[in-house]
Amino acid sequence: MRIGIVCPYSWDVPGGVQFHIRDLAEYFLGLGHEVSVLAPADDDTPLPPYVVSAGRAVPVPYNGSVARLNFGFLSAARVRRWLHDGAFDVVHIHEPTSPSLGLLTCWAASGPIVATFHTSNPRSRAMIAAYSILQAALEKISARIAVSEYARRTLVEHLGGDAVVIPNGVDVDFFARAEPNPAWQGETLGFIGRIDEPRKGLPVLMKALPRIFAERPDARLLVAGRGDEKEAVADLPGELRARVEFLGMVSDEDKARFLRSVDVYVAPNTGGESFGIILVEAMSAGAPVLASDLDAFAQVLDQGAAGELFANEDADALAEAAVRLLGDPGRRAELRERGSAHVRRFDWSTVGADILSVYETVTGGAAAVAAEEDRGPTGLRSRLGLARE
Amino acid sequence: MTATLIWILAVLVVIGLYLSWTAGRLDRLHTRIDATRAALDAQLLRRASVAQELATSKVLDPAASIVLYEAAHAARQAEEEQREVAESELSQALRAVFADAQQLDGVRVAPGGEAAARELTEAVRRVPMARRFHNDAVGAARRLREHRKVRWFRLAGHAPFPLAFEMDDEPPAALVDRAS
Repeated sequence: MRIGIVCPYSWDVPGGVQFHIRDLAEYFLGLGHEVSVLAPADDDTPLPPYVVSAGRAVPVPYNGSVARLNFGFLSAARVRRWLHDGAFDVVHIHEPTSPSLGLLTCWAASGPIVATFHTSNPRSRAMIAAYSILQAALEKISARIAVSEYARRTLVEHLGGDAVVIPNGVDVDFFARAEPNPAWQGETLGFIGRIDEPRKGLPVLMKALPRIFAERPDARLLVAGRGDEKEAVADLPGELRARVEFLGMVSDEDKARFLRSVDVYVAPNTGGESFGIILVEAMSAGAPVLASDLDAFAQVLDQGAAGELFANEDADALAEAAVRLLGDPGRRAELRERGSAHVRRFDWSTVGADILSVYETVTGGAAAVAAEEDRGPTGLRSRLGLARE
Repeated sequence: MTATLIWILAVLVVIGLYLSWTAGRLDRLHTRIDATRAALDAQLLRRASVAQELATSKVLDPAASIVLYEAAHAARQAEEEQREVAESELSQALRAVFADAQQLDGVRVAPGGEAAARELTEAVRRVPMARRFHNDAVGAARRLREHRKVRWFRLAGHAPFPLAFEMDDEPPAALVDRAS
């Protein structure tokens, strides 16, 4: 099958959606399909052979922050050329509501389109204003995928229609086979994420730390991620600061070893999560997970059966649960075992097969219709004789 | 006077283009409905075929075989109006037959059973998928067709008002458990 995948965010900036697309593309390539990924990238960044650059993304203030987006004539032309050269059986767009490559592809493509909705943004004012434009473009999408039941609900409420839920994929064995690092073992709590992004919840964990450290004198906290380390521990009493270790940005291999090593992985995120891939990675590595009770997290953790949940933004509840877990090896072993079994449904072998099922369902139907009434592209452009085909 | 005429003409052209664009949009949606309906038909047929194959393969006990055969046969033969009911009954029959996971293990150990079990798993997973895509397309077309501009100018032509496909497509729990 010839598959075209559209990535809305810069390939050179690491992010969940980019990693998801990379893994998905490599999974399909491994199965012998032809895959091409269209992504924003600087023209001089080295790209894997299956990625086609759509030009540089421009930083624009959008939806309350600065987003790097692709639009304009140049991008639209590159999208059209990519579609034309690729002659794809199916085009898979990610994040079609962001005013970037996804939307441009929706406008230009005529074959079967599959779209994955990653975020569960509350409806923005720009989206309300552009609703009818957006609706006309989104109508072309034959199959919608939401990454979680939560993301699907937002999609149904804001855009109408429906979607199937297929979670994000993780290479479970990569994490399960990683070698633990002895330096990171022994009553360790782990945290991975941007230090200076409050929504990742490090401040909540910092508030809970004095109590955890008081009750567990040997406990330590390991933090992996970018940000200002001094500012992060500013509110912590001086004598406790030595028990917080910052590892900075870690490689994929070190991330897997990190998760294999820690005794409890803590995810204190306060919001803005639609899936929680890090929890799946932690469970794959066999780390007992303690997470805030966001909708998305509760779903990934099987409503608390595969990992412990605490009330969101409640530092006391976090401290109490962490102390209990650190003091109860039996419960940790139980969580490890349940997590490892639960996480199989997020493995690429399952997730990839499901996404391929969607492709086959969509292309099968489109082929049947095309054979029945073999007609050209419809719409204004072809009516006026302007279509390029 | 001529200026006014030109303006009126220009406005009419713009309105005409807009209506033509909307008609194109609607036409595309109707094509999408046809495609998703064809996909749904294919998946339903596939599910009924696998079920019928299993029912006649003698790997299931006679009672389960008869229940499954009846339901699969009825689903394949159903008239358009009874289709939703017949397919729902096949879903129920499949759930009843594969209520305990041992039944599925029995299928797997039979010669060629592994492939049959995989096909059935895939079929019961794809039917709800195809149905959701179909109903999503139907919903989009309906929302557009209820709009004033479409009704007043009869942009939908003679295309029948699209109907969603409503059925019970809950797959048997033993077939969707991915943890094992």
